Formats: sequence, C-alpha cells, structure tokens
Amino acid sequence: MIEDNNISALNIVLEIKDLNKSFGDNHVLNGFNMKLHQGENLVIMGKSGSGKSVMIKCLVGLMEADSGLISVMHNDITTLTQEALDILRADIGFLFQGSALYDSMTVRENLEFPLRRHTNKFGNDMNTEKLVIEALENVGLAHAIDLMPSELSGGMKRRVALARTLILQPKIILYDEPTSGLDPITAKEIIILMQDIQKKYGTSSLIITHDVDCARVISDRMILLIDGIDYATGTFTELSTLQDPKIKAFFKQ
Amino acid sequence: MSGMQKIKAQLDLFLIEIGDLSYFTGRFFKEVFKRPFEFKEFLNQCYNMGNKSLLLVCVTGFIIGLVLTLQTRPTLMEFGAVSWMPSMVSISIVREIGPILTALVCAGRIGSGIGAEIGSMRVTEQIDAMEVSGTNPFKYLVVTRVLAVTFTLPLLVIIGDAIALFGSFLVENVKGNVSFILYFNQVFDSLEFGDVMPATIKSFFFGLAIGLIGCYKGYYCKKGTAGVGKAANSAVVLTSLLLFIIDFIAVFVTDIFYDL
Repeated sequence: MIEDNNISALNIVLEIKDLNKSFGDNHVLNGFNMKLHQGENLVIMGKSGSGKSVMIKCLVGLMEADSGLISVMHNDITTLTQEALDILRADIGFLFQGSALYDSMTVRENLEFPLRRHTNKFGNDMNTEKLVIEALENVGLAHAIDLMPSELSGGMKRRVALARTLILQPKIILYDEPTSGLDPITAKEIIILMQDIQKKYGTSSLIITHDVDCARVISDRMILLIDGIDYATGTFTELSTLQDPKIKAFFKQ
Repeated sequence: MSGMQKIKAQLDLFLIEIGDLSYFTGRFFKEVFKRPFEFKEFLNQCYNMGNKSLLLVCVTGFIIGLVLTLQTRPTLMEFGAVSWMPSMVSISIVREIGPILTALVCAGRIGSGIGAEIGSMRVTEQIDAMEVSGTNPFKYLVVTRVLAVTFTLPLLVIIGDAIALFGSFLVENVKGNVSFILYFNQVFDSLEFGDVMPATIKSFFFGLAIGLIGCYKGYYCKKGTAGVGKAANSAVVLTSLLLFIIDFIAVFVTDIFYDL
C-alpha cells in the first residue's frame, strides 16, 4: 500500500478508520481509511463495484457499516441518535448520482423541502423565498424555479440537485459521480460550478468519481479505492506517475 | 436443487416476507404517534386518493346495483317476494358487496399507485435524498399514505353503497314502478346497526391493509425499474388476498357479536 506523505495540518472534518462492509460473502470494504480536511477537495477513485457508493452511504448513515469508525466533524455517526444525526446532516450536502430530485414537486418545492426540518439553522427570520432564489442563482437556474423535474435536461437536473444541496449551506459536500451520464461539455460546466461553490462557501468536498478529467481538474488530493482499501493516496500528479499496474490502469483512459 | 429444498426455500422466503411485513407494520404504529406530524401531506394524499378513486367507485357501485337487482328480480318474482328486493339488495350491498368491491377497486387503483410511486422513489434514490435532508421518509411517505387510505376508504365505501342502492332503485322504478320514497323507506327499515357498523369498521381495516402493503412493497423495492413494476403488481395481488382474509375474520367476529 502506498502511504500518504502529504497530510496537512488543517482541521479534519471527516474521518474514516478501518471501515468494513460486507454483503454476504462479498467483502466490499476491508479496512478503508480516509481523512478530509477543512476546505479540501478530496477525490476517491475506484472501479465500478469497488465500494465507493457503499462508503459514501455509510458516511451519511444511509447504510450501516459492519465495523469501523466514521467521524463527521468530530461526531462518531455510528453512536449518534437519529435526532442528532438529522441535525448533523444539515451540515452535510449530498449530490446523488442520478440527481434524485423529487419528481412530484416543482424545482421550488424541491429546494424548499430540506428547509422544513432545519429552520433552527437560519433562525426565526428565515426567508425561504430568498434562500431558494439565491441557491438557484448560484447554479444559474433562477428561471427554472417553477418547472417540474421532468421538464429539465440531465445537466439542469444536476444543477438543481446541487442547488438543493447548497440551500442548507453545508460545511461538507459529498458528490457521488457528479459528472456521470453527462456529455463532456455539461460535465465540464458542472466541474466549474463545483469549483466556484468551493471558492464561494469554503466547503470541504468529497468527490467520488471514475472520471479522470474531473479528478485532474478538481482534486487537491486523491485516494484510490482498490480491493476495499485505500490503496494509494496523493495528488493527481503523484498518483498518475506511479508505476504500480493497478494504479496505472486508472490513468490509461 | 431438489423439490423438497425448493419448497423449503420458498417457505423460508414466505416466512421472511411475513416477518418483514410485521416489522413494517410495527414501525408504522410506532411512528404514527411521533412528532412531527405531516398533516399537510396527509390531507394532500386524502384528496388525491379520494378524488381520483371516486368516479371509479361510483361507476362500479352503480353497475353492481343495477346488475344485482336485474339478476335477482326474476327469482324473487317466482317466489312472489319481489317486495323484499330493497331489503335484500341493501343488506347484501351494505354488509358485504359494497365494502369488498370498493376495497378491491381501491387495491387496484390506490395500492398499485402507492407501490409504484414509492418504489420509483426508492430506485431513483429520492427516499435516500429525503433521509439525508433530515426528513424521516417513513413518516413523510408511509405514515401519511397509510392513514390517508385508512380514513378515505370508509368514505368511498359509503358513497359506493349509496350509488349501488340508487342503481338498484332505478331498475325497480323502471320494472316495478316503485317510488324513490317507498324504495328507500324499505332500505332504511331493513338496515340495522349490526349491518352498518361492522361494515364500516371492516372498511378501516381494508384501507389499512391496502396502504400498508402498497407502501411495504414500494419501500423495499429493488432491482431498478423492473422492480417498480413488480412492486406495484405484487402489492395488488397480496392486498387482494389479504382483503378476503380480513373479510372472513370480520364476518366471523361480527357473527359472534351480532348473531348473523
């Protein structure tokens, strides 16, 4: 295993230690470790079925890990009550691979939905309309506020999903394959948008992808998830020059 | 795999399904009294389910009323008992035909709709998105829908019964020149508390079964879009079977209390 030698002294906002998850005899994660620092863009790359999505779902409590420590902003999520977990989730944004917009609601209602449970975060003078418009303006889709998800293109859906993620002003954003299923131009637009958001709000981002271009542009640091472990860690340049055949396979594309 | 092993595997699956459904039902009763109450979504679902099923229930009830009267009339005439028609039709519709037919129509209309809607939300990660945003999807999607069907179905049954009796009256009016007042006087004379109350209580349980199974099948839907179709289909099949079992139990219990 290739060790990470560039751990900065920045605050750790998210940490996984020795994470294990199996489905029957299929051991997906076999002691996975990672740390995400404040303001960092960390990309996790792995083949399809390597356990990237399982890992990210364990991270937000959508899936229960078999063993291991998952710490989000110094809270061990495996020991949190449901109520405490829900409060913590207001600080974690999650962009789903397929956008996951509520298709029976308009764009406006999609964005208003997460605010229902987190009114405390914005105080009594919360202006829902203002927050919705601001979030949509951030992704350049203020004009689509009253459209239904079925009326949006794939790229627009992804932008609206990003706006819905942003509306709670999270400290950490988790991106599950943010560019998958999009044409190269739209994918590039989404990557630029992700960079803009990171600059504007200073969020920490964990990006799961197998898109090498996306990883090159956006990553401060990368982890290669191979055989259920953090096989290699480093910057894009460091990893792309390594001679290990398992690592080289990722950068051949 | 031998025949015996296949039967054992099927039995295991069946018992697991029963266990999961029992757990799901238990969770529903646990969550239903917990805050926050999703009252707006509950009303929205009541409106959707009631409004969209009303026409279907009315048409079905009207046709059943017509057919039942038309087919029974010759036999009653043969025995010179045609004056018993309003009593016979009202008791059979209110006690049995109205509730079970309305429930079956709603199992097809509402149960499959719930199964498909929640199933599709599951496979497109909308339920996960809800959970990540801090909303309890079980409470928002399942509790509201189950309660909505439970409270809407008895109303639909009452409306369906009324329309069926009206259909029956139309036949009697055309064939036997019976007036509206005479017909319905006899209907209300022949109906007792023991006919109306158990049927209404039974309808609540029918609604609960339709909601629970539709939601259960959708909530645990797997295997992509094919799974959504399967969830909708199996929701209707399982609900229909369960409706007859509940009906049998209800008639059995009613017999104990009212000596049918």
